[in-house]
Amino acid sequence: MTEDAARSEAPALEMRGITKRYPGVVANDHIDLDLRRGEIHALLGENGAGKTTLMNVLYGLARPDEGTILMDGKQIQIAGPSDAIARGISMVHQHFMLVPVLSVAENVILGAETMSNAVFVDRHEASRRIGALAERFGFDLNPDAKVGSLSVGQQQRVEILKALYRDARVLVLDEPTAVLTPNETEEIFGLLRRLAGDGRSIVFISHKLYEVLEVADRITIIRRGRVIGERRPSETTEEELAELMVGREVELTVDRGESHVAGPVLVVEGLRVADDRHHEVVPGATFEIRAGEILGVAGVAGNGQDELVQALIGLRRSTGGKVTLAGRDVTGFSPRRMNEAGVGYVPGDRQRFGLILAFPVYDNLILTSYYRPPFAHGLIRNDSAILESAAVQIERFDIRTPSARASSSTLSGGNQQKVVVAREFDRELKLLILDQPTRGLDVGSIEFIHRQIIAKRDAGTAVLLVSAELDEVMEMSDRIAVMYRGRIVAELDGRTADKSEVGLLMATGGHEQATTQEEVRA
Amino acid sequence: MSGADKSHLPEARGQSAIVRVALAAAQPIAEPLVAILLALLVGAIGIALLSGLVPGHSALDVGLPIAAYGALVQGVATPNGITSTLVYATPLILAGLGVALGFKAGLFNIGGRGQFLMGAVGAMTVATTVGTSQSSYIVIPLALLAGALFGAAAGFIPGFLKATSGAHEVVTTIMLNYVFVSVTYWAISGPLALPNAHQPITADVTTRNAALPIIIPFGHDGHLGILLALLAVPVLWFLLYRTTLGFEIRAAGANPDAARYGGMKTNRLIVLTMSIAGLMCGLAGATTIMGVVHQMEPGYDTTVGFDAITVALLGRSNPVGVLFAGLLLGAMRAGAQTMQIQAGVPAELVDALQAIILVFLVINVLRRWLDRRAANPGTRSSAGVDAPQAAEGVA
Repeated sequence: MTEDAARSEAPALEMRGITKRYPGVVANDHIDLDLRRGEIHALLGENGAGKTTLMNVLYGLARPDEGTILMDGKQIQIAGPSDAIARGISMVHQHFMLVPVLSVAENVILGAETMSNAVFVDRHEASRRIGALAERFGFDLNPDAKVGSLSVGQQQRVEILKALYRDARVLVLDEPTAVLTPNETEEIFGLLRRLAGDGRSIVFISHKLYEVLEVADRITIIRRGRVIGERRPSETTEEELAELMVGREVELTVDRGESHVAGPVLVVEGLRVADDRHHEVVPGATFEIRAGEILGVAGVAGNGQDELVQALIGLRRSTGGKVTLAGRDVTGFSPRRMNEAGVGYVPGDRQRFGLILAFPVYDNLILTSYYRPPFAHGLIRNDSAILESAAVQIERFDIRTPSARASSSTLSGGNQQKVVVAREFDRELKLLILDQPTRGLDVGSIEFIHRQIIAKRDAGTAVLLVSAELDEVMEMSDRIAVMYRGRIVAELDGRTADKSEVGLLMATGGHEQATTQEEVRA
Repeated sequence: MSGADKSHLPEARGQSAIVRVALAAAQPIAEPLVAILLALLVGAIGIALLSGLVPGHSALDVGLPIAAYGALVQGVATPNGITSTLVYATPLILAGLGVALGFKAGLFNIGGRGQFLMGAVGAMTVATTVGTSQSSYIVIPLALLAGALFGAAAGFIPGFLKATSGAHEVVTTIMLNYVFVSVTYWAISGPLALPNAHQPITADVTTRNAALPIIIPFGHDGHLGILLALLAVPVLWFLLYRTTLGFEIRAAGANPDAARYGGMKTNRLIVLTMSIAGLMCGLAGATTIMGVVHQMEPGYDTTVGFDAITVALLGRSNPVGVLFAGLLLGAMRAGAQTMQIQAGVPAELVDALQAIILVFLVINVLRRWLDRRAANPGTRSSAGVDAPQAAEGVA
C-alpha cells in the first residue's frame, strides 16, 4: 500500500507511544499500533513479548504509564472493560468467560440483556436476534444449545458472537487457535475474514507463523515490549518473521539428516487401553520403533493417543497386549520401573504431569530421580548435589530462570518445557516418548527442543513422537503412523509421505484412501 | 533488522530487585500477620461497642480495648505467663504440626479431636497397666509411645480408607471423631476406670509414675512435653524438606498426577501421612494428659484438634510457622485470665479472636482456591482436592 492510500484510509483505532511498566520489566515500550477498518491485523511475538499487555491496555484492563489511544481520530481514555465494550472494543480471551449451564443465547446476552419489561429478560427475542446474527456471519450455532455441551471451537464462536452482539467494531482475539483443531482453525479463519469484510477491525494475537501469514492483512512484530517491524504477508516469509520475533536467525525446518537405524527397541503387540470411563479407546495397537529412528504418530486429538502413551509409560493400566523394551517384557511396568528401564517421557500436559509448578526448578529437575544417589542417600536428600546438577542442566538446556530456586510457575511455557526436557533427556535412554513436546511454545523454544530430539535420535534412542501438529510430525518423523479411533491405520515413510495424504488418513482413517491416492498421483 | 534490538534491559531493575526480594521474603508472613491484626482490630471494636457491659466503664469506651489488650500482654510478660504460654502452646504445636503435614500432602485432617483423645487414652492405658510396677523412666517413654501409636492408628484409618476406596478424609475424619469420642468414653468408664471410685474416673498419672517431669521451675505445669513440642518442629521441618519422604509428601500434595508420574506411590503416601499426622495429634493428647490434666473423666474433651487447624493455617503449614502460631495462640490463652481480672473483659474474648483470625485466614484460602480454579478450569476441581493446597498457599 502506498503512503497516500494509507493516509486516505484513516485508522479505526490508533495506539501511540504506549508504555506500560511493571516492577522490573517494561512490558510495553513506546508501542505504536494502528488498526484500519476491515483488516485483520496480526500481533506476532514470543511468549512474554508484551502482546497481551498491549491488548489489556486497549481493553482497559491495564492503564498505560504513557501514550494515547485514538479512536476515529479522537483521543479516548478507556476506564475499564465495560468502557471498552461501550466503545466497540471487545476481546476474546484464551480462557473463555462462559457459563456452561446457560444456553448460547443466554451467555451472549449476559450483561447486555434485552428486557421485555423492567424485570424479565425476553429470552425469545434474544434467541431470535442471536440466531439471526449467527446466520448472518455463517456461525454454525444453535442459540438454545447449552454452552457446556459445545466443543471448544463452538464455545469460541459463542465468545465472538458475544462481541458481535455488543456491536464490536474492534475485536481482539488472544491466541484463538491455541485450543482449536486444524479444521476448527480453518473455520475460524473463514469467520474472521467475513467479519473483516463487514468493516470490522480484528487484532489477531499469535506466535504461530503460518497462521499469521495465512489470515492476516498486516503483521506487527513485537519483541521485548517494542515494535520490531511491520510486514504484509505477501512481502515476507516465515523465516523472516521468525527472525524478527526471536531476534536471531531461526531454523524452522529441522535438518534431521540421515537416521542410522538399528534393531527394534520398542515392540508393541496388540496393546489395548481403556479410558477413564472404561471405554476401550485403543482396541489393539501394534507397532515397533527401532533404535535411532523417530516414529511420529499423527492423529486428530482424542483418537486414543493420550491413552496409548499413558499406557506405555505406566500411568494407565493396559487391558491386553504386550510391550517389549529391548527384548524385555515391560508390560504393566510402573512409571518408575519404565524410567529405570531407560525410558524418558515428555507428557502432553506438562503442567499436570510434567511439573509441580509450586516447586522450585531444581526440585522439578529431579522429579523422577530424587530417590537415587547422588540426589539422596537413603532417606536423606542431598541438596548440594541436587543444586549442582540443576546448575549444569540449566546451563546446558538454556533454561531461562532467575535461579534454580525460582518457583517453576514463574517460568514461561517454553522454559517450563525445557525443565521437563532437561530432566528426561539428560541421561542415556533406550526410548523417548514425546507427547506434544512443543505445544504452545514459541518458535525459539520449538527449534531448541526439536534439535534436542534429533540429537537423542542420533545417539541411538528410539523416539515416539505424538503430536496434533501435523507439520511437526511430518518434519520430524522417520516413519509416520496414523492413528484413527485407537488404531494405527497406516504407516508411511517420513521422507516420502505427503501432507494431504496424512491429513486425509487422520480425518477418515483411510476409508477413502484408494481414491485419494489416485487423486494425489494424478 | 536484528541490530534494532540492543538488549535494552530496564534501568530500574537494580533498585526494584531489592524491593522485590524484600517483598518476596515478607509475603509468606504478611497474610497471617494481616489476619492477626485485623482480628485484633475487630476484637477492639467489639470490646468498645460492648464496654457498657463492663462495670465501671461507659458505653463506647475506646480506652477499654487498649486496657484489655494491655492486660493480655501483661499477663503473658511474666515468668508465670511465659510458662503458661508454653504449656498452652505445646499441644497446639504438636497437633498443629500434624494438621500442617496433612495440608502439605493435600490432605485435610479434621480428625485431630479423635486422634488427640486416642493419644490420651493410649498414654493412660500404659499408666494404668504398668504404672504401678515400673519406674517413671520406663513408664513415661512407654506412655508417650503408646499415645503416639494410638494417635497414629486413629490417623491410619481415614488414610487407609482414602487410599483403598477413595473415601474423602474430611468426611471420614469427622465421622471418626464421634467414634473416638465414644471409644474414649467407654475406655475411661470401663477398663481404665479406677476401681472403687464413686464416679468413673481414671487413676491420676502422678500416682502411676507417668507424670511428665517439670522442667521449668516457675509457673505451673512447665512439663517435659514443652521440650518435646519444641523438638518436634525441627524434626518435622527436616522430614519435610530434607528427606525423600518429605519430597514425596509435598509433591503428592502439590500435584498428585506429577507425583505419580515421578514414580511415587501416592496411596501409600496418603496412609503414611495420615498416620504421622495422627501420631502428632496423639502426642499432643498424651503430653496434655501426662503433663497437665493428669486424670481423665469420661466426658473429657478439648478443642485442641480443631484449634490445630487454625494453627496450621496461621503457620501456613510450615513447621516454623506452626511454632509461632502455636506460641501466639498459647500466649493469648495464657494472658486471658489477667485480662479478665484487670480489665473486666471476659477471657472468652480470646476464643472470639481466634475464630476471627480463622475467618480471615479462610477468606484467603478460599480466594486462592477460586484463583486456582479460574486458572485451570478444566482440571479436577472438587473442593477437597484443591482446598488443602490452597490452605497451604503454595501457589
